[in-house]
Amino acid sequence: MSEAVPKLRLTGVRKAFGDKVVLDGIDLVVPAGTSMVVIGGSGSGKSVLLKCVLGLIEPDAGRIEIDGQDLLTLPREDRARARARIGMLFQNGALFDSLPVWENVAFGLLATGRVPRSEARSRAAEYLEQVGLAASVGELSPAELSGGMQKRVALARAIAARPDILFFDEPTTGLDPIMGAVIDGLIVDCVKRLGSTAVAITHDMASARRIGDQAAMIHRGRIIWNGPAGQLMDSGNPMVDQFTHGRREGPIQMELRR
Amino acid sequence: MATLLDAVAATGRAVIHACRETGKVAIFAASGISHIFRPPFYGRLFLSALLEIGFFSLPVVALTAIFTGMVLALQSYTGFSRFSAEGAVANVVVLSVTRELGPVLAGLMVAGRVGAAMAAEIGTMRVTDQIDALSTLSTNPMKYLVAPRLLAGTIALPLLVVVADILGVLGGYLISTVKLGFNSANYLTRTMNFVETMDVASGLAKAAVFGFLIALMGCYQGYNSKGGAQGVGAATTSAVVAASILILAFDYVLTEMFFAR
Repeated sequence: MSEAVPKLRLTGVRKAFGDKVVLDGIDLVVPAGTSMVVIGGSGSGKSVLLKCVLGLIEPDAGRIEIDGQDLLTLPREDRARARARIGMLFQNGALFDSLPVWENVAFGLLATGRVPRSEARSRAAEYLEQVGLAASVGELSPAELSGGMQKRVALARAIAARPDILFFDEPTTGLDPIMGAVIDGLIVDCVKRLGSTAVAITHDMASARRIGDQAAMIHRGRIIWNGPAGQLMDSGNPMVDQFTHGRREGPIQMELRR
Repeated sequence: MATLLDAVAATGRAVIHACRETGKVAIFAASGISHIFRPPFYGRLFLSALLEIGFFSLPVVALTAIFTGMVLALQSYTGFSRFSAEGAVANVVVLSVTRELGPVLAGLMVAGRVGAAMAAEIGTMRVTDQIDALSTLSTNPMKYLVAPRLLAGTIALPLLVVVADILGVLGGYLISTVKLGFNSANYLTRTMNFVETMDVASGLAKAAVFGFLIALMGCYQGYNSKGGAQGVGAATTSAVVAASILILAFDYVLTEMFFAR
C-alpha cells in the first residue's frame, strides 16, 4: 500500500542570515486535513519557517513540497499558483489600513479580477459573519477596531479565498485569555468547515492544545520533537517539557546578551 | 600609516556602499517601470496617487511660484538698474521661471510633501507586515504600491509646473506693473515675444523626470525600511534628502542636454 502524499512536506530546509543560521535543516511533514502546531521560543526560527513556505524569504537549501510538488523548483507562475492556495493570518493582523474592513476581507477575491465589487462586498459580509462580526463592521476602518476584532477580520481575510492550507502566526498574541480562546475556536471551526490543512506557530500552550492535532517543537533551527498535540505537556522530551511548563531550569539555556 | 589605511578603507567601503545602493535603486526603478506596462493595472490607485501628488500639492506649489516670481522681478530690477537694463526684467522672469525655477522649486516642494508621505505610508506597511500580506493575497507589491505612484508622479509634476509657470510669471508681472511702474501691455508683449516653446517644454520634461524621481525615492526608501517607527522615520528623511539631491543633480544633467551647444 503506497503512502499518502502529505499536504506539506519540508525536507532539510536551511536559511542563514550572514553568519547566523536560523533554520538548520528543518524536516516536517503535515498530512492533509491535519492541524499542526509548531512551538518554540522567541528567535527559534518559527516565523522564518513560515515565510520560507510563503515565498517571502528564499531558503538557502532544502525542499518545500505542497501535494508532492517542490515549490522551489517549480516555474515562477506555477509556484505563484501553488502559493495562492495558502491563506495566512499574520501575528498583528496586517490589515490594510487604507481600505475599509470589507475590502480587506475581499482583497484576495478582488485581486483575481474575476469577482465584481458588489459581489465581493456581499461575500465579505458572509465571511465577517462566519467570524462573528456584523456586516456593518465592513464599513469601518481597521483602526476603529479592537485587537480581537482585527484578528477576526484578518481571519476572515485568510479564509475568504477558501485556501487549501492555512497558516497562523501567533494567533492569540496580544489578546486577553477569553478573546484568545474565542479566536482559537474560530480557527478550529474555519479549518474544519473548509477542510483545510492548518499550520500554526505559537508559544501559547493553551492555544497550541486547542488548535493542534499534531505538534512539533523547533529549537535552534531544528525540529527536536514531533507528536500528538495532546502529549505536549507530557512529551517525555526534557526540552519540550521545560518549554511547555515554562521552567527556568533545564536543557534550554536562554541566550542573554551582555 | 595605520590611520591612513583606515581612512582609505573607510572611503572604499563608502564607495562600495554607494555603488551597491545605486544598483539597488536602478533595479527597483526598472522593476517599477516594467510593472507600469504589464497587467493587471490598478486605475483607482493611480487616480488616488495623482490626486494626492497633483491636486493636493497645488496650494504649496502655487504659493512658492507666485512669491518666487515676485522676488525675481524685484531682484532683477535692482540688479539691472545698475546698468540701465531694467527692460530685461520680463525676459529674465519668464526664462528663469519656465526653464529652472518652476520645475526645480515645484519638485523640491513636492519632494518634501509627497516623497515623505509616500515613504512613511509604504514604510509603515513594511514594518506592520502589510506588504507581506499583499504577497500572500496574490498581489505583487511592486505592481500595487510602486507602479501607480511612479506613473502618477511622472504625470502630476508637469501639470503642477504648468500652474507654477503661469503663477511665477504672474508674480513678476504684478510686482513689475504695480510696484515698479512697468507698462502692463509692454511687459506682457516682451514676455510673449521672448519665451520660446523649448523653454516651456524643457521645463515640463524636467518636471516629468523630477516627479518620477520623487516617487521613486519615496517608494524605494519606504519599501526597504526596517526596524519599526525609527526605521520609518529614517526612511522618510532619506526619501526627502535623496529626492532633493537627485532633483538638483538631474537638473544640471538635463540643462546640459537641452541647452549646451
